[in-house]
Amino acid sequence: MHKLILILFVGALLHAEDADNGKKLYTTVGCYECHGRVGQGGSAGPRLAPRPVPLQALVAYVRHPSGAMPPYTSKLVTDAQLVDIHAFLASIPPPAKDIPLLNQ
Amino acid sequence: MKVEVQTTDRPGSDFMMDVLKSLDFEYVCSNPGSSFRALHESVINYGGNRSPEFITCCHEESATAMAHGYAKIEGKPLLVFAHGTVGLQHASMAIYNAYCDRVPVYVVLGNIMDATRRRSFVDWAHSVQDAAAMVREYIKWDDAPLSLPHFAESAVRAYKIAMTPPFMPVVIVADADTQESPIPDGTDLRIPKLTLTAPPQGDSGAVAEAARLLVAAESPVILAGRAARTPAGLKLLVELAETLQTAVIDLRQRMNFPSRHPLNQTMRGRAAITNADVILGLEVEDFYGAVHSIGQQIEYRTRPITRPGAKLMSITAGDLFLRSNYQDFQRFQEVDLAIAADAEATLPVLIEAVKRQLTDDRKRAFQDRGAKLAASHQEAQEKARADAAYAWDASPISTARLCAELWAQIKNEDWSFVSESAFVSGWPQRLWDFSKHYHHIGGQGGYGIGYGAPAAVGAALANRKHGRLTVNIQCDGDMMYAPGILWTAAHHRIPLLNIMHNNRGYHQEVMQVQIMANQHNRGVDRARIGTTIDDPPVDYAKLAQSMGMYGEGPVSDPKDLAAALRRGIEVVKRGEPAMIDVVTQPR
Repeated sequence: MHKLILILFVGALLHAEDADNGKKLYTTVGCYECHGRVGQGGSAGPRLAPRPVPLQALVAYVRHPSGAMPPYTSKLVTDAQLVDIHAFLASIPPPAKDIPLLNQ
Repeated sequence: MKVEVQTTDRPGSDFMMDVLKSLDFEYVCSNPGSSFRALHESVINYGGNRSPEFITCCHEESATAMAHGYAKIEGKPLLVFAHGTVGLQHASMAIYNAYCDRVPVYVVLGNIMDATRRRSFVDWAHSVQDAAAMVREYIKWDDAPLSLPHFAESAVRAYKIAMTPPFMPVVIVADADTQESPIPDGTDLRIPKLTLTAPPQGDSGAVAEAARLLVAAESPVILAGRAARTPAGLKLLVELAETLQTAVIDLRQRMNFPSRHPLNQTMRGRAAITNADVILGLEVEDFYGAVHSIGQQIEYRTRPITRPGAKLMSITAGDLFLRSNYQDFQRFQEVDLAIAADAEATLPVLIEAVKRQLTDDRKRAFQDRGAKLAASHQEAQEKARADAAYAWDASPISTARLCAELWAQIKNEDWSFVSESAFVSGWPQRLWDFSKHYHHIGGQGGYGIGYGAPAAVGAALANRKHGRLTVNIQCDGDMMYAPGILWTAAHHRIPLLNIMHNNRGYHQEVMQVQIMANQHNRGVDRARIGTTIDDPPVDYAKLAQSMGMYGEGPVSDPKDLAAALRRGIEVVKRGEPAMIDVVTQPR
């Protein structure tokens, strides 16, 4: 299993990341449905961004998820596409601090 | 019966009205129908359209769901009138929701039993041998009385049954001929006295054993499902929790426990259950689901999340009344002590039993435990606030931002939140200060969609005389079932702030189809087919306006939200309903 993930990971690294394409893919393949349109998470899925998990961990989990997450095989989302989705998640800025409405 | 003059000033429906008035119904929610036209006329003329007042509904499902929402605020049923055939067919899903949610709804069906008294082909199509048969699997009791004295007895009996825990809907069939014909001379008309049944309290020995286990436990947890039926239930649960300094997880099917109480561990519920050595379930519908992890992959996997040797106890009136066909009783959960009783009625004796067993050593241990739980609660609350900041400026608007903006404007009002919070990731309970019985009423019961909008109007109707600001975060898919409920709210001047959670889809089903596409390893970009409501998008502000209601939106920029909410609240404070359409994130 670890060997397979490593092969996938190395292959993915060879692809130049494209955050804009990742943003489109994030919507079209349905990531937003559970994780929110900017990866903020919610009751259906955990927060993914900002500061997503490392690409290797993302690929590993997407291929072999547990809990409620459905699996995405490489037929559904390629390694190169996951690189782009990861780049999109990494591009999302952190939230502002000290939002007054959240101190009530 | 030969009638000399073709009028009567003593129709049977007037006596039926006397009976129904004796049961103190405030309103009758109904879509008008010929099989109960005499009852309708008796309500508005003989009864003066007061107690009950006729509330005009545009769909029987809406009428029944209004009664469902009303009962959870007011603690007593509303009347629903419907045809025994086509009306009940429309009402049936809402009756099922109320049944699953253990809520009393009192349905009176019109029907023409005597075939020789049917005047048209419509009368024939609207007549049925056994009207209640269609819903008998998910009501508590029904009858089809053959005379006015029989009606009186059965009507009072039905009320008493509906109001004995577990609460459930009941059905009385009012024969149209008996309604419309003059009261036969010499009929002995008497309305039986209503004496509500005291709710069943737990067996004293079993309660003492429950108290012993709770007092001896190191990490007890109380799971509260539909535990607090009344304001007293909320206070009693707080007293029990504080006496034991125990963790409470509110499953949010009722307003069971204050959201900001230090012992409230709902936001870290799984951790609390995993750590517990004793778990007490109070009116928990799905105990199995609460103490198990159930995988969602193709291979069915389930495993307990409780620690080995943990003792499980339940107190529920659900053990006193079960039906077979509909499977809302959930998967069987093994427990170590099962008390078949109403939880709220049992809490006073349980609290006393706990107090009798307290020692100074245990009190000291409880204080230490309480301090740790308070720290955990504080940590969870800070995490919730931090989590709410993500997607703060996003468009569509995040459900966290929506709830935070709304809280800022209602927190100093006497508010009542009357919708399901699961569809907005539970943000209301994570961010707001829920402390009163009417601050939350739970959800649908049977997850029959179409409940939300009419139940909110029913709850707002109950809140109106108390002067409360009723708030409904309204899912768009639910709204589209029977939007005529907006007209009912406008027509009857029912103050209610509707805020559309407009994610433009049946989003739960978007996710369900997505899971199937993934598991079938194909077409993961097609889950929106058949599940979304976005081409064309619905203009809910215009929909509301078309019904005579204030409507504003769609609001998609979070910077515009506060002002829109403020304008909506101003309308509601004037005694009118309002609709603010907010384009939102999925959850």
